[in-house]
Amino acid sequence: MEYFVQQLINGVTLGSIYGLIAIGYTMVYGIIGMINFAHGDVFMIGAFIALISLLILGSLGLTFIPLALLIVLIVSMLMASVYGWTVERVAYRPLRGSFRLAPLISAIGMSIFLQNYVQIAQGARVKPIQPVVNGGIVVMESPSFIVTLSYMQILIVLTTLVLMAGFSYLIARTALGRQQRACEQDRRMASLLGINVDRTISLTFVMGAALAAVAGMMFVLYYGVIDFFIGFLAGVKAFTAAVLGGIGSMPGAMLGGLLIGLIETFWSAYFSIEYKDVAAFSILVLVLIFLPTGLLGKPEIEKV
Amino acid sequence: MIGIFDDPRIATGAVSKDAPLLQVEHLTMRFGGLLAINDVSFSAAKREITAIIGPNGAGKTTVFNCLTGFYKPTTGRLTLNREGTLFYLERMEDFRISQEAHVARTFQNIRLFPAMSVLENLVVAQHNALMRASAFTFAGLFGLKRYRTAERDAVERARYWLERINLVDRADWNAGNLPYGDQRRLEIARAMCTDPVLLCLDEPAAGLNPRESLELNELLRFIRDEHGIGVLLIEHDMSVVMEISDHVIVLDYGRKIADGAPEAVRSDPTVIKAYLGEEEDEELPPEIAADLEKKTGGEA
Amino acid sequence: MAAGNVRTAEGALDLPAILKDCLMSALVVFALAAPIIGLRTIDTPGGLGIDYRFDDVALAVLAGFVGRLLVNIYWAYGGRRRPPAKVDAIKGDSFASFMKKVGLYGGPVAILFAVAMPAMPFADRYVLDVAILVLTYIMLGWGLNIVVGLAGLLDLGYVAFYAVGAYSYALIATYFGWSFWVCLPLAGVFACFFGIILGFPVLRLRGDYLAIVTLGFGEIIRVVLLNWYEFTGGPNGVSGIPRPSFFGLNFARIAPEGEQTFHQFFGLEFSSVHRIIFLYYLILALALITNFVTLRLRKLPIGRAWEALREDEIACRSLGINPTNTKLTAFAIGAMFGGFAGSFFATRQGFISPESFTFIESAVILAIVVLGGMGSQIGVVIAAIFLIGGTEVFRELEQYRMLAFGGAMVLIMVWKPRGLLAHREPTLKLPPTAKAEAKPLAGAGGAA
Repeated sequence: MEYFVQQLINGVTLGSIYGLIAIGYTMVYGIIGMINFAHGDVFMIGAFIALISLLILGSLGLTFIPLALLIVLIVSMLMASVYGWTVERVAYRPLRGSFRLAPLISAIGMSIFLQNYVQIAQGARVKPIQPVVNGGIVVMESPSFIVTLSYMQILIVLTTLVLMAGFSYLIARTALGRQQRACEQDRRMASLLGINVDRTISLTFVMGAALAAVAGMMFVLYYGVIDFFIGFLAGVKAFTAAVLGGIGSMPGAMLGGLLIGLIETFWSAYFSIEYKDVAAFSILVLVLIFLPTGLLGKPEIEKV
Repeated sequence: MIGIFDDPRIATGAVSKDAPLLQVEHLTMRFGGLLAINDVSFSAAKREITAIIGPNGAGKTTVFNCLTGFYKPTTGRLTLNREGTLFYLERMEDFRISQEAHVARTFQNIRLFPAMSVLENLVVAQHNALMRASAFTFAGLFGLKRYRTAERDAVERARYWLERINLVDRADWNAGNLPYGDQRRLEIARAMCTDPVLLCLDEPAAGLNPRESLELNELLRFIRDEHGIGVLLIEHDMSVVMEISDHVIVLDYGRKIADGAPEAVRSDPTVIKAYLGEEEDEELPPEIAADLEKKTGGEA
Repeated sequence: MAAGNVRTAEGALDLPAILKDCLMSALVVFALAAPIIGLRTIDTPGGLGIDYRFDDVALAVLAGFVGRLLVNIYWAYGGRRRPPAKVDAIKGDSFASFMKKVGLYGGPVAILFAVAMPAMPFADRYVLDVAILVLTYIMLGWGLNIVVGLAGLLDLGYVAFYAVGAYSYALIATYFGWSFWVCLPLAGVFACFFGIILGFPVLRLRGDYLAIVTLGFGEIIRVVLLNWYEFTGGPNGVSGIPRPSFFGLNFARIAPEGEQTFHQFFGLEFSSVHRIIFLYYLILALALITNFVTLRLRKLPIGRAWEALREDEIACRSLGINPTNTKLTAFAIGAMFGGFAGSFFATRQGFISPESFTFIESAVILAIVVLGGMGSQIGVVIAAIFLIGGTEVFRELEQYRMLAFGGAMVLIMVWKPRGLLAHREPTLKLPPTAKAEAKPLAGAGGAA
């Protein structure tokens, strides 16, 4: 029982991180109907920026942790946004309206480029840091097992919830959100009605990148070690989460992220840690075959 | 590879020679809460052109999609009689409807293979016959005579239709580069290359100029008279409908409101009210018209 | 950054706008470079530290400014922003018409050159090795071209079939000791079988979903190979894979008892290059078989159905083409050639491990197909020489290789979204003998 609760806590934490990345996939897929293959790498870059800013703040002697974390959060969101914007501008915008495989190939190229760029600029070795947020609460206790909920886990889940609420508000209530939804439905009509479609799409990438950067920061703080290759696996799993939740749906992405996080954690805990990636990929395959619209996605009627 | 997927649910058996080519009984199609077709029954005969008309959104294309297997009807029976063999179309997958029941169709938004040549479009339509002739690729791979003959026949059949639609000189063009009217006719020719017993045409005259429209009438008459097949036609262009159809069915809001000879339908009061009387509806209510005028006047 | 506004309404160069544009790019480059390039994390005794490298950032910013300036100059003088698509498709620009000629006449020349290559003076061991590598990718590209280029199915896990081929060959050859010529077809059959098993459930999915599912399958196979120690040797892989023999004559310096080696049989001086040359011709032959089968299939009903499916699946269904079976044949045949290439890879290396079958390999093969021009056989050759040979030449700059590779993928896509060689020849033309009376067709009203 205690072991189960502990895994539940770990799974929800991991799921929050996947969910944050998945939102980026789902928003971009919703608006331009392509898999932003480089999104996982933007997440990785976000993690690096968070790591670097933490180190700098540390060397500057900033010891008040909450303030440091807030600064790191803002810096990584901003910097990663520039990456998200540039990726869209360079690799996708020129290909808008081109034949359907072109943007995907360009996205794969972008992903390879970003990975190697970071590898060259930052070195191929793993980057470990000391834990920044320590301690936690003991939730349950038995002679053989102690269930702890660390402050870091609380921080991750809370941040995710706040950001989710904020972005949901943004999409549902603001002019930007309306423009986004309009572009999702019919890009040409939206532009005829005076919506700057290019700008809206850019902003979608920026928002996705910012959320991915938050996920990256959480990843650094939670695992304490990153390298240039973390983007690929995390990206594929987050995409799985987006598909599982129903691509194009924000709550779906979050739900899918949670489910993938839980499944992966429980699989590692109860079956085999080696095959945890197989579990995630198998779910992806099964969902797409049996539930192609995902859990919260809208069914689509084939237009003939 | 084919045997495994044989569909056992196709009824075979001799039926009377006068049984209609297509019998639609109580067809209903529901999308979620929307009732797109509501209990529609009609029949179509061979050597006849049957037109389905009705205002936009009346469910005409949905009827076609049910007939050709792109939608599974909610309820209803669609029986096709091909040489005394009955096919229940509602139970068949889309590609089998063309392959076995020999129902061919065209699309409202033309669906050619744009990067393939005109001739290739027509040869692809003869895929199933050619696959058999090529012994599912093996005979073809080794260039056996049997396959070469079959391919020559396929090209000749394509040429026959190219002559019909006046595209012989453009046979090697990419289909996507043809003018619009030619694309429409090519799509009909391509459907005819599948050797159908029933040809379903979804707005074939849409976007054609008057001359092309006349050519289309002639082509459809030729298909009916020389090939003896049934033609089902969705059309808005009344000049086409009244000119060539033998039988007209009128749908409105998913229901059949009239069924009969063109002259009879033309004078049917329900039809005039629902369909031909549509023009009256297009006039704006006076208050909105006044409002609009004020607005445009104000801006100018 | 409204790109392309390099001239004012009067047609004069709009210098302030250009300057602003360039400064903007420099600013963006600064924002990109400052954290990642400018602040390098380094290992110090007390944990991670930061190494400040602002000179590199300055270089990057300068490069961004100059690069954007060059783009602007290109736009201002003679450059078009975007070719008018419709006209381009019909007439083709000068580059396209050149590539069209390459596509039509390049094939025989390339084959002649490839056959004669080992006899040429510059063909030393290194050149042959690179040529073998390039040919392996050409073969993989041709195999994948059936799936992606002809049938239009985006397969991001093609490397899985390469891996299945390599492992089946390696395991059969090491466990049973069967010869290359027995194992090769078996490996192809296994890969083909895998293609059918994987393809059957997923081929109904639409484009992007198919891509991600195939990626998933590719990774599943790699993870299984990595973790199934008893069978695959896990991360250690399989070593001691038998080398191929020349119809029973092997290429060793000293023959095993009772056998002859290649050089003894032909009375040649022993040279290790013999084996390399043999491998070269082996992969050349395998690749050419792939090519000829593909070219042949393309002109058959099945090949035309593949292309038709790529163009419009709904229309195909309305014409009675079974989409699942048709896609499945493309998937299976593509997988089979991948399997052949895999077994060649295993026998050439003598050692395989899961590391050789990562997603990057799939991406590279896909890039070759798409950059070459989907469906174009000669395009695959050009792209493989360019991408594999090109990056191989810059081996010394090892770490920049994949960077350039990714960058090239983006740039070529932006420049030529349909690939370098986008021209397509029809698979059959209307013969001019129009005089023969069109056969009277059995109208459907008469006979079936």
